[in-house]
Amino acid sequence: MRVGKIPGQVVRLAIVLIASLVVLLLVRARFVPESFGETGHYRADVVPAIAAQPIRYAGMQACAECHDDVAEVKASSYHRGLTCEGCHGAAADHVEDPVEATPAVPSGRESCLRCHEYLGARPTGFPQIIETIHNPMEPCAGCHDPHEPTPPAVPGECSACHRAIASTKSVSHHWSLDCETCHLTPQKHRENPRAHLPEKPVAREFCGRCHDRAAESAATVPRVDMADHGGRYPCWQCHYPHDPEGHS
Amino acid sequence: MPDDRAACDRRKFLHDLAKLPCATLLLGVVGPLETLATETEEGEEYYAMGIQVDRCIGCGLCVQACKTENDVPQEPYFFRTWVEHYEIHDDGSATVESPEGGIHGFPPGDDDRDVLRSFFVPKLCNQCDNPPCVQVCPVGATFKTEDGVVLVDQDYCIGCRYCIQACPYGARYLDPRTKTADKCTFCYHRITKGLLPACVEVCPTQARVFGELGTRSSPLHRMKRQDSLHVLKPSLNTEPKVLYANLDGEVR
Ligand code: HEC
Ligand code: HEC
Ligand code: HEC
Ligand code: HEC
Ligand code: HEC
Ligand code: HEC
Ligand code: HEC
Ligand code: HEC
Repeated sequence: MRVGKIPGQVVRLAIVLIASLVVLLLVRARFVPESFGETGHYRADVVPAIAAQPIRYAGMQACAECHDDVAEVKASSYHRGLTCEGCHGAAADHVEDPVEATPAVPSGRESCLRCHEYLGARPTGFPQIIETIHNPMEPCAGCHDPHEPTPPAVPGECSACHRAIASTKSVSHHWSLDCETCHLTPQKHRENPRAHLPEKPVAREFCGRCHDRAAESAATVPRVDMADHGGRYPCWQCHYPHDPEGHS
Repeated sequence: MPDDRAACDRRKFLHDLAKLPCATLLLGVVGPLETLATETEEGEEYYAMGIQVDRCIGCGLCVQACKTENDVPQEPYFFRTWVEHYEIHDDGSATVESPEGGIHGFPPGDDDRDVLRSFFVPKLCNQCDNPPCVQVCPVGATFKTEDGVVLVDQDYCIGCRYCIQACPYGARYLDPRTKTADKCTFCYHRITKGLLPACVEVCPTQARVFGELGTRSSPLHRMKRQDSLHVLKPSLNTEPKVLYANLDGEVR
């Protein structure tokens, strides 16, 4: 094997080289995918394919187009930073077809507690409650509109919540006495009643402040002998303090 | 003069030999220069995420949204993003837990007496600018796009798990359905349409912000101006594009 002046071993070597080059190119063409290396050491085609993945969360602007009423209320509330789909779940399908696919409407207290239950690790200043004492059993939405959760105005009057007692007392002999004469009431009781209960009189001597013979109350207040009137029972065993009767 | 020729050849040989390292050296200089040039061009569309740790309330909506948006397997070992609860104790030790990745939020725990401070840290793929996972991939199935996002080519991945081993942040998993590696894409299918990544979209306290590094009007830029920023495991030189503000020194 000798081509012109080129020695045989060189020709053979060249043939082997060319053959392996052809094989290499064939293998490369077979195994290296199309578009590989166009923009880097990867298939360029996969980038648009990944970008075409379907969307599940439509984003807040989408909801506002139809639910502008809710969006508007929410926009100026404490919940302005929340997206609709954070509470209602992914709703791109609902945007596509609002009637066929309806998003979840959260109910129950858990959905709020995910964010508002007290946790030591939450940033200080973030509004938190202790579930077991913040109006337990009642649904949060009963007092807080989820789209505008401003806490309801705190009632100042005891009568707002203790209507029966207040109206009974108002026509009783004790009508002139303020509730707080007998119940020292923490301010927090109005906001979170069960967690901050007011005090109640515990001993006979309490009533004696006004009804003892030696008491410094107005002369019109009827007096009894504290030592033997009613035995050792608490006074409210026989006299309902919100409507005391002095004659049997 | 055979001796002469031999001497001449030797000189030429030595000469050539000297050229070789010179050439390599030159290539070594020109190479990085080239990459430098491309890096400055990137600017505008170079996505990054900011995490303001002191705002995270640990509600876990991001974890939930991520799974839904990206069809991540529901089993509690597969996460593209998750939230960790840190507790730093009196003696300086730290406990970290992430029950089911925090997907259901965190239960009210019994407040331990010896806890000095506690907080939540959202985690995800750091979209490293210098990604070790890409370096180890034997087939080029994981790569960095031109806008800086590290993606996985599901059709091309051979499931060898090298990248899962190589990731210093534990951000990758093997999808049991396809037997291919998977991880956070910055919701590439959303950001390329002008939407926010799902986790950023649902975050109620804006603890997560997203934007392009070069754009001055992005919320990310504002965060960069206000806070000193940190990245996770900076010593590894992975150059993460997930930037943390107000990060506690204990966070790994
Ligand atoms: C194209 C208009 C349109 C868009 C966009 C839209 N909705 Fe609606 N939505 C409706 C209509 C119409 C209904 C009432 C459907 C019905 O009663 O069957 C509705 C009902 C709802 C309900 C109540 C479902 C129920 O069971 O009572 C919720 C919650 C809701 N949408 C949330 C959203 C959220 C979140 C988005 C944004 C991702 C959104 N919607 C976007 C039209 C829209
Ligand atoms: C904090 C969580 C939360 C967010 C954020 C939220 N919702 Fe709601 N949404 C609820 C709850 C809870 C209900 C059920 C209210 C009830 O039971 O009275 C509800 C009810 C609804 C309803 C049913 C009709 C009604 O008014 O009662 C619609 C429609 C609705 N939401 C749309 C929206 C839209 C649109 C947004 C975003 C602008 C949004 N929601 C944001 C929690 C949320
Ligand atoms: C995804 C988290 C999230 C969920 C779910 C959520 N909230 Fe909120 N809530 C917030 C954020 C964030 C604020 C604003 C905090 C701030 O202003 O710093 C807020 C504020 C409030 C406030 C105002 C507190 C104040 O400062 O006086 C109330 C009340 C409230 N939410 C009640 C609810 C109720 C009721 C629900 C359930 C329907 C609910 N939230 C669900 C995140 C949430
Ligand atoms: C019976 C009515 C009522 C119900 C039910 C109720 N709340 Fe309230 N909530 C209030 C009132 C009144 C306040 C304001 C006083 C206060 O701060 O406790 C308030 C305050 C709050 C605050 C602000 C606390 C702060 O420190 O600023 C949050 C958060 C809150 N509620 C969340 C909830 C959640 C979550 C639920 C359901 C698990 C719920 N509330 C159920 C009446 C209610
Ligand atoms: C927001 C509503 C509300 C207001 C306002 C309110 N209370 Fe109450 N109060 C309650 C509730 C709820 C209870 C618990 C009733 C029960 O446990 O059955 C309670 C219980 C009490 C008790 C009984 C305590 C016990 O140990 O059994 C007293 C006394 C009382 N309230 C006095 C007052 C007085 C005095 C005021 C006005 C200063 C007042 N309350 C205002 C809701 C209210
Ligand atoms: C003269 C003192 C006095 C006044 C004034 C008074 N209370 Fe009482 N109240 C008592 C005593 C004593 C008890 C304890 C009764 C018992 O333990 O059986 C009591 C018990 C209660 C209780 C719990 C038991 C029940 O009857 O439901 C409530 C609630 C209460 N008071 C509310 C009020 C309210 C509201 C007012 C104002 C409208 C008021 N009280 C005014 C003395 C008073
Ligand atoms: C064993 C039941 C009983 C107890 C306990 C009791 N009382 Fe009486 N109280 C009566 C009866 C019965 C009358 C009606 C007078 C009569 O018919 O003698 C009365 C009458 C009164 C009168 C009206 C007297 C008048 O002259 O109009 C006052 C005031 C009075 N009680 C205060 C108290 C006080 C204060 C206490 C607690 C130290 C108390 N009572 C405990 C049963 C009781
Ligand atoms: C702050 C003073 C004061 C206190 C404390 C007080 N009362 Fe009175 N009490 C009055 C006054 C004032 C009257 C009404 C007198 C009148 O009818 O002009 C009255 C009347 C009464 C009467 C008589 C009603 C009648 O038929 O004439 C009884 C019984 C009574 N109180 C029981 C009690 C009991 C029991 C307590 C303790 C729980 C108590 N009071 C605490 C001021 C007080």
